[in-house]
Amino acid sequence: MDFVTVDSLAEHRDAAQQWVEKNVRPGWAWEQYTSGTHHTPELHTRLADDGILGAGWPLEYGGSDTDPGYARAVLDAVSDAELYADGWATTNMVLRTIRRVGTEEQKRAIIGGGLRGEILIALGYSEPDSGSDVAAAKTRAVRDGDEWVISGQKMFTSTAQSCSHVFVLARTNLDVPKHKGLTMFLVPTDVEGFDLQPIYTLGGQRTNATFYTDVRVPDSMRVGGVDEGWRVMRVALVYERGGGGRTSAGPTLAERVATWARSTDRTDGKTFYDDPGNQERLARIAIDEEVARLLGLRVRWMNEIGELPGVEGSMTKLFSSEADLRHYSELVDMLGPAGVLRPETGRPPLEGELEHHFRSTQVGTIYGGASEIQREIIAEGRLGLPRNRPKQ
Amino acid sequence: MDLSYSDEQQNLRESLSSFFSKESTPERVRAAEPNGFDAELWDKVAAMGLPAMAVPEDLGGGGASVLDLVLTTEEFGKRIPPAPLIEAVAATNLLARLSRLGSSEVATQLLERAVSGEALISVALHPLVGGLARLVPAGAVADAVLALDGDEVVALQSEVGPRSPLETPSNLGTAPLADRGAGIDERVVLASGAEAVAAYELARQEWQLLMAGAMVGLAQTAIEMGAEYAQQRHAFGVLIAWFQTVQHRLADGITYLEGARLLTYEAAWAADEGLTNTSALTSMAFLFSSEMAFRLAADSLHLHGGYGYTLEYDIQLYFRRAKAWPLAFGDPKDGYRSLAAQLFEHEER
Repeated sequence: MDFVTVDSLAEHRDAAQQWVEKNVRPGWAWEQYTSGTHHTPELHTRLADDGILGAGWPLEYGGSDTDPGYARAVLDAVSDAELYADGWATTNMVLRTIRRVGTEEQKRAIIGGGLRGEILIALGYSEPDSGSDVAAAKTRAVRDGDEWVISGQKMFTSTAQSCSHVFVLARTNLDVPKHKGLTMFLVPTDVEGFDLQPIYTLGGQRTNATFYTDVRVPDSMRVGGVDEGWRVMRVALVYERGGGGRTSAGPTLAERVATWARSTDRTDGKTFYDDPGNQERLARIAIDEEVARLLGLRVRWMNEIGELPGVEGSMTKLFSSEADLRHYSELVDMLGPAGVLRPETGRPPLEGELEHHFRSTQVGTIYGGASEIQREIIAEGRLGLPRNRPKQ
Repeated sequence: MDLSYSDEQQNLRESLSSFFSKESTPERVRAAEPNGFDAELWDKVAAMGLPAMAVPEDLGGGGASVLDLVLTTEEFGKRIPPAPLIEAVAATNLLARLSRLGSSEVATQLLERAVSGEALISVALHPLVGGLARLVPAGAVADAVLALDGDEVVALQSEVGPRSPLETPSNLGTAPLADRGAGIDERVVLASGAEAVAAYELARQEWQLLMAGAMVGLAQTAIEMGAEYAQQRHAFGVLIAWFQTVQHRLADGITYLEGARLLTYEAAWAADEGLTNTSALTSMAFLFSSEMAFRLAADSLHLHGGYGYTLEYDIQLYFRRAKAWPLAFGDPKDGYRSLAAQLFEHEER
């Protein structure tokens, strides 16, 4: 047993940082914050042009000869610059899925377009009446010759306003159990009958409702077999959960806030840190962060040795996302009345980071399988308790 | 990164698991109450060499790693034996460190007696006040108690021992607690000065880490009792295991438990590697595991409904110890603040 973590990308970190300094404009992070769009087109184009998106992909599908380790380090550095690349995150997931289950034609056209930065794909799984129970999707796809006619509505189609396509889960068969009548399609966002409405969220991110009114797509835009959409989506989900556990060397939240708290006076002439209650708060946060890190490392380790971290992945997600909620709630309390000041109000404590993340982390226990779903997986998988959702 | 047990570690876990399961049945734990000590069981624990398992081999011990110790107390915690292994290991290791400092002959003799299993040594976790150590874990049965008095590490010894115990004040964890020192014992200085104090502080750190391991084991049994009961008990026509509030509480519990286990192993590994953050990781493991174990034991007790409140069911044995055992170290609030000092109050470089 050992807990040595090696930064496998260490040799690339400096070069990646240089890429960011050369290519990232200082205003982009603020633009993302104020617009709520977690995608910056110019950044995406530069990542594509420098072969960072195509790193590690076969040349025949549009891959580049850029070192994949360098590419991952650049994406890490972009994230460290407080920039989201959500458009690429979802696109990458779909491209990987297409590589596994797509046709040769799709691999050449879609993967190539995605790696060049021309195709950007949003995920269309959730609906107004189905979130965690994603297989309950009602959006219909009906075959008409060589085409499919798609009708329905999707919710939380994040980044769709910037995307060329949506990866839509649709019902193609009403006569079979719900998981068995689903099919996946790539729906272009410029076709007739497609529409979207922005939805603004507590954390500031803009997402969308997307509408499909007799949208016609050719059969060549079907990904995977007819009625095999559930399986295809599960492939995509593996890629969503697979990344896991970056070995960050940067200071933890507890360390950053403690540094600030030790150098900042409260109105009573003491520093925030002088308050013993705040010391306990910060110590508890530090412990939680270490536990979350270890749970994440366990998932990564299991992936490395070829084991499937099912329950372990759920534990990591459950613990980390619930801990985030506790931490920001405590830290906003610590600031007292000034805890309510938002980042855009000038010079709030810690640039308003705590208030912002107090809001934005609320989604962590909801998306990607709500905490309630994770607890069911854990109760059944680890403790052998009966599965308590109704049989499908 | 490697989270697997080595073959040796796996063998250690299995042999200890079968030893404690056989020797520390709930009946035997109950029979040893209210004093919380079973002299025959202690003899077997000592005969196995467990108190000296991490004493270097050239001093007659087993040369085990800190990680081995934690695996040992994890199995110990699963069966809550009425034998003070945690205190004995921390004290025996302290004697071994003191003997390296070239301390008194008494220390060497005590170490020999501890290694041979002839003497039960404990350690007072707080400095003497007026020559007295209050409520020392295993104080009622220890042949000698090691304690800090100013900058001196002293041994408090008298006629007291496993077969001539002091009276134990009735206590929550049914542990053999007792005051030791002035008016009870002879006080012998074993070593003094900065190195002696540092050696003693390390014993306190080891005690925390061993207790963290025990709490992980204790919590494992407690949650298994809860999960098992939930699969037997019906209410409103269904097994209570079907209720989401039951499932989700247990799922949260096992998640915390596995996090605590990883944290405890990490702290033990850091100790074996001699890493500078060992002390902070140890505090983290102790605080997190203690709080976790009490929460799991309490949830499990309440899941038993009215039966959980009866003395007949075993869960109360675990519930009481989960609260009582770690409390020997002091109010956790102080622990959190001391951890904050370790983590955050270094000077900026």
